[in-house]
Amino acid sequence: MPDVLAILEQRGGTLKKVSHETLTAARHLADGLNGEVHALLIGAAEGSGDGLGAFGADKVLLAGDEGLRDYQADRYAAIAASAGDYPVVVIAATALGKDLAPRVAARLSGALAADVTEVRYEGGIVVTRPVYAGKAVYTLKVTGSPCVLSVRPNAITPEQSEKAGTTDTMKVEAAEPRAKTVEVKQPEKAALDVAEASVVVSGGRGLKEPENFGLLEDLAGALGAAVGASRAVVDAGWRPHAEQVGQTGKVVSPNLYFAVGISGAIQHLAGIRTAKTIVAINKDPDAPIFKVADYGIVGDLFEVVPKLTEEIRKVREG
Amino acid sequence: MKLAVCVKRVPDSEARIKIGADGSAIDGSGVKFVLNPYDEYAVEEALKLKEAAGTGEVVVISAGPDAAQETIRTALAMGADRGVLLRCETLPLDPLPVAKALAAELRDGSFDLVLFGKMAIDDSSHAVGTMVAELLELPCVSAVAHLSVTDGSGTAEREVEGGVEVVEFALPAVVTADKGLNEPRYPALRGIMMAKKKPLEVKEAGLEAGGLEVVSLSHPPERKAGRIVGEGAEAVPALIEALKNEAKVL
Repeated sequence: MPDVLAILEQRGGTLKKVSHETLTAARHLADGLNGEVHALLIGAAEGSGDGLGAFGADKVLLAGDEGLRDYQADRYAAIAASAGDYPVVVIAATALGKDLAPRVAARLSGALAADVTEVRYEGGIVVTRPVYAGKAVYTLKVTGSPCVLSVRPNAITPEQSEKAGTTDTMKVEAAEPRAKTVEVKQPEKAALDVAEASVVVSGGRGLKEPENFGLLEDLAGALGAAVGASRAVVDAGWRPHAEQVGQTGKVVSPNLYFAVGISGAIQHLAGIRTAKTIVAINKDPDAPIFKVADYGIVGDLFEVVPKLTEEIRKVREG
Repeated sequence: MKLAVCVKRVPDSEARIKIGADGSAIDGSGVKFVLNPYDEYAVEEALKLKEAAGTGEVVVISAGPDAAQETIRTALAMGADRGVLLRCETLPLDPLPVAKALAAELRDGSFDLVLFGKMAIDDSSHAVGTMVAELLELPCVSAVAHLSVTDGSGTAEREVEGGVEVVEFALPAVVTADKGLNEPRYPALRGIMMAKKKPLEVKEAGLEAGGLEVVSLSHPPERKAGRIVGEGAEAVPALIEALKNEAKVL
């Protein structure tokens, strides 16, 4: 039974967008292995597998009780590891997936290829795995079985593939988690995460004062983007670490990345290498960021950014 | 309080990465290696917990080559009490064999808390700490940005997309440290001198091979050279035009 288990992610009963990427990766492998894709959805009992067949799920396994509404790491791992005899498990490398994937691999005594950006079947499973924050890239053959693959968000384009998507309910044993999530604090202002957003607007030292990030928040607002930050401004305490982009922060792969007042240290450039389009705004024409940017504007960001925000608003409204 | 911190020797984040002649690993010559930055937070937190408890021991454990002794000495210079090196020539990319070796070392150590960095900045697997916890069947919270430990139990906060999870657990437990947990101290000269005399035991790690085989290691494709669309605010319309019609991302 060379079936592939795709562990999907929901938050508050809503399936996360990244789940379609997980399903697509699983579908590619299942097609190579001549097996099925079984999507596992863990959460509170009301979870629904509607629409997952369209993205390649042959079967949807619903596993839930009220105690699983929030992520309960070891219970989720126990459920995933007992879902069936799967040679391949695929999961998104989100905050949840980065925690869950190694737990499942340990429980299955399987191999783990973490944060992969490509998945294909060539007589065996082959993955692409950036290391050193993208300064180098491994091509790896996954020889271990079972194996767990965590797939970087935004790296795989979701594809429709009509399958049955029949729903099964998995019996879940009640248990007390070893470590228990008792609360999920929501920020006052709901913010997009840099690792998930399809557009990211990042700022660096060039903004001069923490208050000036308001300019970037306006631009991000107009674009529906997440706000990111360079290591320098995070270390200076201007911005929270959750926003840091780079080797000691988050590696991002958005469609569109704006680097504003960021000169482009090696560790920052490594973190944005897989962005599809990079725009740099910097007053120094020799800044290294211009070497990786697709489009650059040399100039005073305090003049350029407000104008850009205004023009983007026009585009979005027009 | 008995604490263990598992650390890794990694290339500095500013290092340029060269591919070795065989095309399957990096060329480490001329590269500056450091204590993995996330592990510094783990070491600092362990030292703070021991200081708060007033008594205890902080043991630093690393799997790696002989040169990782320097990495352990860095943690000893920060204030840890003793070190253990699980020696191996190379570390497999599959994290489970390393987790098994560390778990075997930790199993009978009667540690109250085992700390890791949330990931190593070289292979960024983000895995070994949680794997060790699963192998030892201990409670575990990963990527912790805030931790409080009192009377045999702890509360940790971890940042997730769009929120912060608050997690409670009983000791013994495993936590992996995120940036923001604390400000790691710099080793003082006295600490560096003392570290040289602290015990550092070296054992053979005896790692399994793991389930990942390297086909190749290469540099990512260079990004195609872009262009400067203009100078100052006057260049904005040209940028919008390019993003809309050329890159088609607006």
